[in-house]
Amino acid sequence: MTKLPRWLVALAIVAAAFAILPLLGLASRANWAALPGQLTSPSARTALWLSLRTATTSTALCLVLGVPLGFAVAALRGVTRAVLRAILLAPLVLPPVVSGLGLLYAFGRRGLLGHTLDAAGIPVAFTTAAVVLAQAFVAMPFMVISVEAALAARDGRLEAIAATLGASRSRILGAVTLPGIGVAVAMGTVLAFARSLGEFGATLTFAGSLEGVTRTAPLQIYLARESDPQAAVALGLVLVALAIVIVAAAARPGRRVVQ
Amino acid sequence: MRLDATVGVAARGVNATLHVPAGQTLALLGPNGSGKTTVIEALAGLTAPDSGHATLGDISLFSHDGDRMRLTEPRARALALVTQDASLFPHLSVLDNVAFPSRARGASKTQSRAVAHTWLARTGVEELAARRPRSLSGGQARTVAVARALASEPRLILLDEPFASLDVDAAVALRSLLREVLPGRTVVLSTHDGLDAIDLASSVAVLDQGSVVEHGPTAATFERPRTAFTAAMAGLVWISGTWDEDTLALADGQHLEASGSGLEARVRAAVALDPRSVKLVPPETSSAIHDTVRTLEPRGDGTLRVRGFLLWADVSIAEAARLLPQVGDPVNFVIDARPRAFALEN
Repeated sequence: MTKLPRWLVALAIVAAAFAILPLLGLASRANWAALPGQLTSPSARTALWLSLRTATTSTALCLVLGVPLGFAVAALRGVTRAVLRAILLAPLVLPPVVSGLGLLYAFGRRGLLGHTLDAAGIPVAFTTAAVVLAQAFVAMPFMVISVEAALAARDGRLEAIAATLGASRSRILGAVTLPGIGVAVAMGTVLAFARSLGEFGATLTFAGSLEGVTRTAPLQIYLARESDPQAAVALGLVLVALAIVIVAAAARPGRRVVQ
Repeated sequence: MRLDATVGVAARGVNATLHVPAGQTLALLGPNGSGKTTVIEALAGLTAPDSGHATLGDISLFSHDGDRMRLTEPRARALALVTQDASLFPHLSVLDNVAFPSRARGASKTQSRAVAHTWLARTGVEELAARRPRSLSGGQARTVAVARALASEPRLILLDEPFASLDVDAAVALRSLLREVLPGRTVVLSTHDGLDAIDLASSVAVLDQGSVVEHGPTAATFERPRTAFTAAMAGLVWISGTWDEDTLALADGQHLEASGSGLEARVRAAVALDPRSVKLVPPETSSAIHDTVRTLEPRGDGTLRVRGFLLWADVSIAEAARLLPQVGDPVNFVIDARPRAFALEN
């Protein structure tokens, strides 16, 4: 391999330091001895448990709905696809607080659909269900984009061969296409879970911050940052650890050759 | 099942008509780019034809319906395609690849694996059962693809260039397998090699730029090719002219001595020659055909192909060194034995 220019290496070191310093900052403020106690406090445990539950549910929602949506987008052509993709992927770059507002005006008590839901006896806003909706809304694009990109890279030949061998459409999907894009679906799942776990703005706007109901770990950290900074740091370190595990897990299948 | 097909794919300049009697093998013979793969994929349903019609036994593969094409879904065509890249499912073991067709038709996992074992045994690759496609050699992958095709119990088997990019040993092994399993089945096999047609097919359709220029029993077609193109595909020296009392009158006025029992005077006729029977000789030789060197092609087997405008010959390197032919030089050909001429008109 050719040697890199020195100035580039210098800039890379600055960038790496920029990425690592905040993590060190967190670690420097942690009271390691008190860490177990802080993490097992009722409010921390409640928040973590709620985060895991809601993130898992919203990831499942992303799988069940986002994978079919990815297939549908991949099946479209031309301008229709470009426009639809831009709209569907907007939550990726939208400020989460805007997403939260949108959710509120769609599913909230006075929202487009909220009225109907309310009349049917299913209040959504400011419930745990709202947390799941907020997370799924911001995380779904990761699944859609992963699936769509993986499908675009396939030429449909194996599917065509499977059809000549007598396979029905559902069997082709289940036995040929889905295993073929398995790596992408796994990647989408991991990214969606990570995004759900870290969700803050949309959750606060749409679901509020009610302990045990809607106060997930990021909300708990935000709340505790002034009253009990060390507890906030402890919870933050748990999320850092989870993030590193998730990123490592996502990188591994990425190294395999995608056929 | 009998196959009758006219395949039109305008975008690729293909308009080819084929007939395969039930239980026989047709070789679709043509050079790269002649449209073989397009014809095969249109029959399989991988490429949509925009004109023509095809029937396999009593089922229609595609047909006209006014201006629209009526395409039968690939799964209802009851045929199997073996592509050049084998197209094995990468996430399934060899066994499960071969079990796929029976699974797709509703057999249980155990049942379909039993069927797959039978076909792997019949094709001589049972030891590969647990392997993944990516760990197979080209020849192994193609053999497994053949086993998978057979396991689908197709009414028609389509083999697209079965020997392309295989090393010699793998090609020999696959060839002997095909010789064993193809008889009795209806097969279309595409190839650019006339030997494959002689070896495996009872009839041949010669494809030139998307059209079938010759279609008939393999032996007769190669003995009496009706076009220079077919003769070239069969590796024969071919020359046409007008029959004129024991000679073939060539376009430039020269005469080639030939036997032509039953040929009427003035009919269009041709001779097809084994290249080994054509020799280069000095200009004064009687009955030599005078020609001009058009190209010189070194062959892999240590001979030089000296191609004139009328005839060509393969000469040994030693002979080439003695004669030192150059492009544009005059050259003189003789033919060892008196060739047999045949009529080109029906």
